[in-house]
Amino acid sequence: MKNKIVTIALSAAMGLMATTAMAGTLEDVVAKGYVQCGVTTGVAGFALPDADNNWAGLDVDYCKALASAIFNDPDAVRYTPLNSSERFAAMSSGEVDLLSRVTTWTMSRDTQLGMNFTGTMFYDGQGFMVRKDSGITSPSELSGAAVCIQTGTTTELNAADYFAANNLEYNPVVFVDRDEVVKAYQDGRCDVYTTDASGLAANRSGFADPSAHVILDEIISKEPLAPVVRQGDDTWFNIARWTYFALVNAEELGITSANVDEMLGSDNPSVKRLLGVEGDFGASLGLSKDWAYQIVKNVGNYGEIFERNVGVNTPLALERGVNALWTNGGLQYAPPIR
Amino acid sequence: MAKNNLAYVRTEIVPESPAPDLSKGIIGWVKNNLFSSISNSIMTIVGAMFLMWVLPPIYGFLFGNAVWPGEGVTVEDCRAKGAGACWAYIDDRMTFFIYGFFPKDAYWVTQEGLIASIMTYWRVNLVFAVGTLLLVPLMWPDLKYKLLNSILFFVVYPVFVFFMLTGGVFGLEEVPTVKWGGLTVTLIIGLVGIVVSLPLGIVLALGRQSKMPIIKTFCIMFIEVWRAVPLITVLFMASVMLPLFMPVGMTIDKLLRALVGVSLFSAAYMAEVVRGGLQALPKGQSEAAASLGLNYWKSMGFIILPQALKHVIPGIVNSFIALFKDTSLVAIVGIFDLLRATQVANLNLDWASSNQAITGYVFAAAIFWAFCFGMSRYSIMMEHRLDTGHKN
Repeated sequence: MKNKIVTIALSAAMGLMATTAMAGTLEDVVAKGYVQCGVTTGVAGFALPDADNNWAGLDVDYCKALASAIFNDPDAVRYTPLNSSERFAAMSSGEVDLLSRVTTWTMSRDTQLGMNFTGTMFYDGQGFMVRKDSGITSPSELSGAAVCIQTGTTTELNAADYFAANNLEYNPVVFVDRDEVVKAYQDGRCDVYTTDASGLAANRSGFADPSAHVILDEIISKEPLAPVVRQGDDTWFNIARWTYFALVNAEELGITSANVDEMLGSDNPSVKRLLGVEGDFGASLGLSKDWAYQIVKNVGNYGEIFERNVGVNTPLALERGVNALWTNGGLQYAPPIR
Repeated sequence: MAKNNLAYVRTEIVPESPAPDLSKGIIGWVKNNLFSSISNSIMTIVGAMFLMWVLPPIYGFLFGNAVWPGEGVTVEDCRAKGAGACWAYIDDRMTFFIYGFFPKDAYWVTQEGLIASIMTYWRVNLVFAVGTLLLVPLMWPDLKYKLLNSILFFVVYPVFVFFMLTGGVFGLEEVPTVKWGGLTVTLIIGLVGIVVSLPLGIVLALGRQSKMPIIKTFCIMFIEVWRAVPLITVLFMASVMLPLFMPVGMTIDKLLRALVGVSLFSAAYMAEVVRGGLQALPKGQSEAAASLGLNYWKSMGFIILPQALKHVIPGIVNSFIALFKDTSLVAIVGIFDLLRATQVANLNLDWASSNQAITGYVFAAAIFWAFCFGMSRYSIMMEHRLDTGHKN
């Protein structure tokens, strides 16, 4: 009896407190007037404070694109920096509306955590960096090499798997701290440094002579980094997913933030449908007709975002590689809007 | 008479002669303090060699070879071989170290000059300035109006800080706490922790000595539970577990969660420090108070606590300093305090060089040292001032 009363009292209290729980995420976001976006606490090129102390990066630009689609305003975003252990708790509790936080898309996360991944914003993977004068061009030439690795990471396991599978000998030189690994490689204590390719590029940019080091083309692991939304809210999932598709489609159709106004007069029916000149695809997302126009106008297309944050003219100096459009031999592909 | 004629008796006092050269001045000091015995001489030589080995590289890194901010100084200077600390990087990112993501004032950010750079963050700077103006007279022993001053600082000032920083009223732009950062957040957590933990700790210490069983049990449980849990666990609990217990859609501000956690945690430690002071007082003091007809609160307020707290000033300040340094633990739950701001600024590729991280950490350490050293000096001054000669 006593337990029953407690239960009733608790559920009544919870019912009172759960003010916004039952409404959809889109309605909540519109009511709030901004998107609450979970980002990293700092990864170069993906989410990091810029020279003006504002968040900037590939992950951040995705949040801005989403805000543009909903509010026509890329600044209608609030960023919540989350570390990797609290990111999914922050999602489940509704603290953030979406997670755009270098999160690798894996089956267990997709199926067991009650999350949905919207689309791969960046195909990362573990790579190798060597000195240019070593003449090494492929990891298969690394037999007997001393390899600098950060211990306790999947990187270490991936490297062990790779060298075992290819029957190569190697001498791991392991450190706990990233800075120590980088220093050891710079001091010449090992021939190779291995971690995710984007991380290699970020560390290389701090070297005294970055051009004396090359990142090998071959990638030995799959790290598809994708934005995440909560499972069970299909309207919000569609908006998040088609924001990504709109970015990729815009690049494929040659629409950039610079020429998007000209493109409104284009004769290409695909362009017309994307920009809302013909048909009303925004309505099916619960958004305005010009949702994709706003995305491209405010943030640019996928290629622009890539080049701005991690591309060859940034300190990261990453080539498009597998992140090129499918028409250029890459993996970035979006279904048509029709 | 005959006495005075004895040849071996002096007739006048020997004049003072100067001390031997070997026992005065620098030589004397060196002889007495550094080379007073063989083992001390060896220690001195080894110590001197160690300093000669360590100090020049440290000096070279921090000052001699350091890259100072100035016209035309770029990241290339910091990347050059043999370059020391990259102070130009600290200078460039200074606003981030102090204010974090706090938005800039739209008008002043476009202006040039020192006043404009202060006014760009006028809301935070005003909070700093008012805080200093209230705190300095409060800590200055001989000034009057202490009661008014304390009310202003402990009651009015926190409200002022809250509205000034969060905004949303009086036409101020609303700033969510996730945009607060850097030294601002470190000082907020440190000050709130100190201001909350001392009174709460005193109440808990008194409660633990109470004769009322419920209050006593509650206080003992509170103190023992919080003391038995590491602060890092408390913070993780507050940032990761707590949201899962809450109903969906209801969230408590992350900074508030950390503030509550840090305050309660340090209150438990403070309670034990104060209890030490209470136990040091002879029973005669409270009996004397009772014989004067003072009730419990009056005897505590006028007789017991002033003496007990005076005894434990070093312990209290010790807790304050530990608390101020512990605020850097909030970095692991994604709050951008000074340490986290430093770590993130260290990732900034525009200033990427092999000395970037070290320079950032040296800078953060210097700031922490300055605040903690200040607190320690102030406590020593208070001890001397309040010393009423009961020690002997």
